[in-house]
Amino acid sequence: MSEITSQYLIDHFNFWVAVVLMMIGLYAMITKNNLIKKLIGMSIFQTAIILFYVSAGVKEGATIPILEHHVAETEQVEAGEHAEGHSTTKASSSHEVHAINPDDYSNPLPHVLMLTAIVVGVATLGVALAVSQVIYKNYGTLEEDEILAKIKAAENDG
Amino acid sequence: MAEQYPIIVLLVLLFGALFVGLAGMADRRVCFPLTMTALVLAVMVSVGILQRVISGGVIRYFVGGWSRPVGIGIELRIDTINALVLLTITTVGLLTALFSFRRVQEDKTEKTPLFYVLYLLLIMGLSGMVITGDAFNLYVLLEVSSLTSYALIAMGKSRRAAVAAFSYIIMGTIGASFYLLGVGYLYLRTGTLNMMEIHQAILALDGPSSTIVVAFVLILVGLMIKMAFFPLFGWLPNAYSYCPSSTSCVVAPLMTKVGVYVMVRMMLTVFGTEWVFENLQYTQWMVGIAVLAILAGSVMALAQVELKKMFCYLIVAEVGYMVGGAWMANHWGMVGTIYHIMGDAFMTLCMFLAAGIFVKQAGVVRIDQLDGMFRKMPWTMAGFVVGALAMIGIPPTCGFFSKLYLIRGGMESGHWGYVMALLISSLVNAVLFFRIFEIAYFGKKPAEGHGHHVDHSEESVIKEARPSALIPLLATAVIIVLLGLFNSNLVELIERSLQGSEVIGTRALSSKGGLG
Amino acid sequence: MKWVGLIAVIFTGGLLLSAMDDFPNWGDAHSPANASPVSQYYIEKTIEDSGVPNMVTAVLADYRGYDTMFETVVVLIAGIAIMAILRVMNGVPGGARPSPAHEIGDQHDIIIGTTCRLLIPVLQLFALYVIAHGHHSPGGGFQGGVILGASFILTAIAKGLDPALERLPEKRYVKLAFVGVVIYSGFGVACLLLGENFLDYGVLQVLLPTIDAAEARSHSMLGVEVGVAFTVSAIMFAIYANLASKGELEGGL
Repeated sequence: MSEITSQYLIDHFNFWVAVVLMMIGLYAMITKNNLIKKLIGMSIFQTAIILFYVSAGVKEGATIPILEHHVAETEQVEAGEHAEGHSTTKASSSHEVHAINPDDYSNPLPHVLMLTAIVVGVATLGVALAVSQVIYKNYGTLEEDEILAKIKAAENDG
Repeated sequence: MAEQYPIIVLLVLLFGALFVGLAGMADRRVCFPLTMTALVLAVMVSVGILQRVISGGVIRYFVGGWSRPVGIGIELRIDTINALVLLTITTVGLLTALFSFRRVQEDKTEKTPLFYVLYLLLIMGLSGMVITGDAFNLYVLLEVSSLTSYALIAMGKSRRAAVAAFSYIIMGTIGASFYLLGVGYLYLRTGTLNMMEIHQAILALDGPSSTIVVAFVLILVGLMIKMAFFPLFGWLPNAYSYCPSSTSCVVAPLMTKVGVYVMVRMMLTVFGTEWVFENLQYTQWMVGIAVLAILAGSVMALAQVELKKMFCYLIVAEVGYMVGGAWMANHWGMVGTIYHIMGDAFMTLCMFLAAGIFVKQAGVVRIDQLDGMFRKMPWTMAGFVVGALAMIGIPPTCGFFSKLYLIRGGMESGHWGYVMALLISSLVNAVLFFRIFEIAYFGKKPAEGHGHHVDHSEESVIKEARPSALIPLLATAVIIVLLGLFNSNLVELIERSLQGSEVIGTRALSSKGGLG
Repeated sequence: MKWVGLIAVIFTGGLLLSAMDDFPNWGDAHSPANASPVSQYYIEKTIEDSGVPNMVTAVLADYRGYDTMFETVVVLIAGIAIMAILRVMNGVPGGARPSPAHEIGDQHDIIIGTTCRLLIPVLQLFALYVIAHGHHSPGGGFQGGVILGASFILTAIAKGLDPALERLPEKRYVKLAFVGVVIYSGFGVACLLLGENFLDYGVLQVLLPTIDAAEARSHSMLGVEVGVAFTVSAIMFAIYANLASKGELEGGL
């Protein structure tokens, strides 16, 4: 029993959280009557996807994907001197060369991808809010059923 | 210079949009010439790309020069299939831009620069989606094209345009998010975003992986929403019929077709047909749903009284053709689908251009208002007839040949239901369009009901369309015929691409009887 | 509708969770995604390629700079789209109609006004720091641009939309948004003109003879981040201004 719990729940709890949040957002998007509530659902859905990606890039015990400064400087000196063709004996003997261990830094790629997804989410939300303002101007309501009723009434008149 | 073509085709459109935005704010008259220049250049570059691909094989272009190890940068990858679809997109963009002259300037004078900026960015987004070789980059460009099309549709003057745009935004976002999730699942299992690398990683997996299966289902469902496939097409008819004509002329032919293209690309290059058809059990289902899509689209088209709505449901049926063809696991089915992506783009363009002209010149929205159109607008009707014959499937138009290939695929793989649905749909199209021809040629008795007040006042007013509207329509008609006449050359190109090493993973597409 | 939605959602959730046993564990450093050559390359080689310690910025602006360019375009599209949908352009010159909210704007609280006057310069300075220091610490064009845009939005909230629009008029922010994308793609085109692939910043070293290829990459990243910040800050303010005034750009909340 505990093994199954561990396998399905604890080891993957980040995915559970992400999926549950996604489904909350999706449910709101599909069933809510108020257009703004639909958009809130959309934001939850997109944010949950961001959580999903970012949590996939986590490495236990690793830090953020920014090189610590002393490592960076050593490497830069190294790289610079190599490029200029100087002898690097002094540099390599005085500085202990820090080999960068990939396990020390979390995976940068999901972060980059999600920066894009955040931007896309903001853009979509902005456009959707503008469209809902136009809808409010045209129909005087943001409730979907009332809008549909008004459309139907207008169709029967015309 | 020539090896930079893949990026130049996008840059021309991007800078076109930027210059229209910057210069158009000061002087609106420069918008149209700038747009046309950008699109003409884009068409020329895409012709160049096609020539290079035909003579030199696949073009791989690494943005930023990050080519080793593959996958750290973004790769643009063009084989014959994308080159053909790219040319289709830019050509449709050019023709519609010509059509939008006057229209946009009369409709929304103040917003003309904004319209053209969004328009050029839409074409850029679609072109970028087609040529990219990176699964995540495809998502970004998908959003570029979706956001622009939301805005273009919401710009419609009809009160309902905003409502249609809102439901399109909700459905479109669900679709794009599903695609993004699918790519996330793929990334989780394969560790790369480059399409070819993902394919290699899937081949290298030992044993079946449920993550990959779920990823495929997510991507497929997301794209099905985007291309308005059968149960998920609810957003399409309203979105496409309440927007301005010049918008529907570019959105209707391209958005769904690019969706189908991306699905084909996913099946061929990312997952590979072997994996798709051998590891998944629902191949038969997909063809079944496609049959339903064709029948539902045709039946609902019959029930429409508005011209544009009718065309919208025909799009639903056409998407059914293509999805069914792609999922038959048959060589001819796939060839027919790819050929039909091009043919159908121009057929739909022709329909919507004609509908736009009818609305503009005669205020015609409903089918029964079309009476006497052959007399009043002979040239417009000539173009419309060619498009209609292609929709029905009469030689020598491209509609006939694509149906021929699709039916051949259906017969070889034993999908008789699909063949039947295709024939029924052609019959329905024939009924629909010959009804229109009858009304437009012989006219309708104006005595019944509301016909009175329209007739005499408008009879004298209705004139032939302006050249800026007529030229694109007739050019489209000519392209439809040319695509039909040169179908064997095109099919040869597509076949070579499918069989050769250009598109990997097509072994399961046997030409005899589907799956071995 | 509710039931259909619930069933669809449960079905989707089940589908998403059905792959769970195939997933890598949380925090697994050797999962396919984390141990892939691509990810390893970014961590190990970024400093060699461009001398930028912040790998996220390096991947964003250099390795996957093509994506980021279109991301900036997406922001631009959002602003243009909102203007296209919402902006009321009836040819009436601005200020011809009396704006009802203007009087309310004058009565704003002195505490809020003074606080904003103190806060906004600090905010803007911090935004510039975030933009400029994006490749050494968390930050970059998007983050800094949003802070910069927020400083204008704060002006609009505290003093009313009109004073904010005096500082950043519509013509100017639209131009700024386009110029941002021009800067970004301009860096790419410069590489193109110098004979390398699009956005291959290394070749730009010929423009500044004292630097090597890695430094050229680092400086170009700063350049494109500035372009991103232009577009983002302008569009953030544009979105707020249009949404808050129903597209009339007068009065505000």
